[in-house]
Amino acid sequence: MINFTIYKTLHSSYGKMRLNISCEIQQGELATIYGVSGAGKTTILRILAGLLQAEKGFIEIEKQTWLDTDKYINLLPQKRDIGFVFQDYALFPNMTVRKNLEYALEKEQNKDIIYELIDMMELSQLQHHKPSMLSGGQKQRVALARALVRKPKLLLLDEPFSALDNEMRIKAQDIILKMHRHYNLTTILVSHDISEIFKMSNKVFILDKGVITKHGNPQQIFFSQELSSKFKFIGDVIAIDKEDILYVVTVLIGNNMVKIVAIEEDIKELIPGDKVMVASKAFNPLIRKMKFE
Amino acid sequence: MIDLQPFWVTLKLALVTTTILLIISIPVANWLTYKKSRIKTIIETIISMPLVLPPTVLGFYLLLAFGPSHWLGKFLENYFDVRLVFSFPGLVVASVIYSLPFMVHPLQSGLSSLPATLKEASFSLGKNKWQTLFKVLLPNIKPSLLTGIVLSFAHTIGEFGVVLMIGGNIPGQTRVASIAIYDEVESLNYHSANIYAAILFVVTFIILLTVFSINRSFIRAKQL
Repeated sequence: MINFTIYKTLHSSYGKMRLNISCEIQQGELATIYGVSGAGKTTILRILAGLLQAEKGFIEIEKQTWLDTDKYINLLPQKRDIGFVFQDYALFPNMTVRKNLEYALEKEQNKDIIYELIDMMELSQLQHHKPSMLSGGQKQRVALARALVRKPKLLLLDEPFSALDNEMRIKAQDIILKMHRHYNLTTILVSHDISEIFKMSNKVFILDKGVITKHGNPQQIFFSQELSSKFKFIGDVIAIDKEDILYVVTVLIGNNMVKIVAIEEDIKELIPGDKVMVASKAFNPLIRKMKFE
Repeated sequence: MIDLQPFWVTLKLALVTTTILLIISIPVANWLTYKKSRIKTIIETIISMPLVLPPTVLGFYLLLAFGPSHWLGKFLENYFDVRLVFSFPGLVVASVIYSLPFMVHPLQSGLSSLPATLKEASFSLGKNKWQTLFKVLLPNIKPSLLTGIVLSFAHTIGEFGVVLMIGGNIPGQTRVASIAIYDEVESLNYHSANIYAAILFVVTFIILLTVFSINRSFIRAKQL
């Protein structure tokens, strides 16, 4: 289990902001910190990793104290057992993929982990390439593999999917889930994409202007009343059009555009760009196998 | 037959100076890049001063400081049996001070152009400052290293004012090529001066040409 309390004054684009949070995450959980940009998400990861100092705080992981400002304990990043995947991946340009992974080995650590990771992440074709030759998705797999070489207690992922296109994103999500389970990791991921959070994590912390306003499982958090619906999807509102007395809301779900009829009441708080859940209660959906001729 | 000894003195001085500069400038540039300290600005100013200060000013103060009547000169002579005025070691010390910005500045700008996450990633992988510096940071600023080495080397070859003040004109000791040219002109020996000057001209051209072409290939390799 990891629990931490962090207090720090930040100077963001909104001016002075107080980061003041307290979280508890169980071993093996994949937790997400959700919030708009500038809410302090990355700062939390950096403080957990020891790359940034908190003014006041406490971090304990599996009964080991990493930070306790009252007792003047503050472990260096090197002494904290973490894997950090940076938003820009931070691969070492002078080393090949393989050398990037080998660099992370601890003294006298068995090299087998390198072969295992190269194999699991489908990097064997690329292992002798330099990072500049790789695509975004490939770079990310290397960064993730490198972060896992030391088998960290805590894996920190800073917006891991933001720079990837849709297809790569789904693949990356699957790989992260696979690794998370395979190595029984405790993972904290920063994201501002709700559909991603639904797929990936079982716990979410909503961060707003430096404080956690809600936390729990994604279902409870993002939809205030629980619907006992037959099927439901999450999508983005693309457009809201008025047609006679009704409204037609166009929603993008995955790669599909759907139109949903709504009354004035429904669209009161909606604007294009909002995340919505599209659910059906009364009808039986039909299912047919797709035939490609 | 022309006396080539001044060239050997120059070459030796440039090599020794560049080596010492490289060793001390790496930690200095590293410190200047990553530390946020109030005295940082003062240190930066002191390091950059040889860029604008007339070499004779620097040479004059070094001459005073290293002279046997000054406490520093006295101390060095009594305890280490070293006399830095009018000697080769004195030239080396003066050249190191004089060429310091030519090594520190390229290294510093190279290091600060690297993304901060490279260093942080290395730390998060359990590697200490020195492992990070030598295995991650320095290998990624090869063009800056090369620029620093060549600029300090070339600058030392071209040194005149400082050398004249503190080294004088002792054959085989402190008589470097630039001094030899001056000396030959003084004694109206234009032919020898011409040969010395032409050699320096060609050597400098070749050195700089090499750097620019190597750096171009570095940049091209990066783009691939």
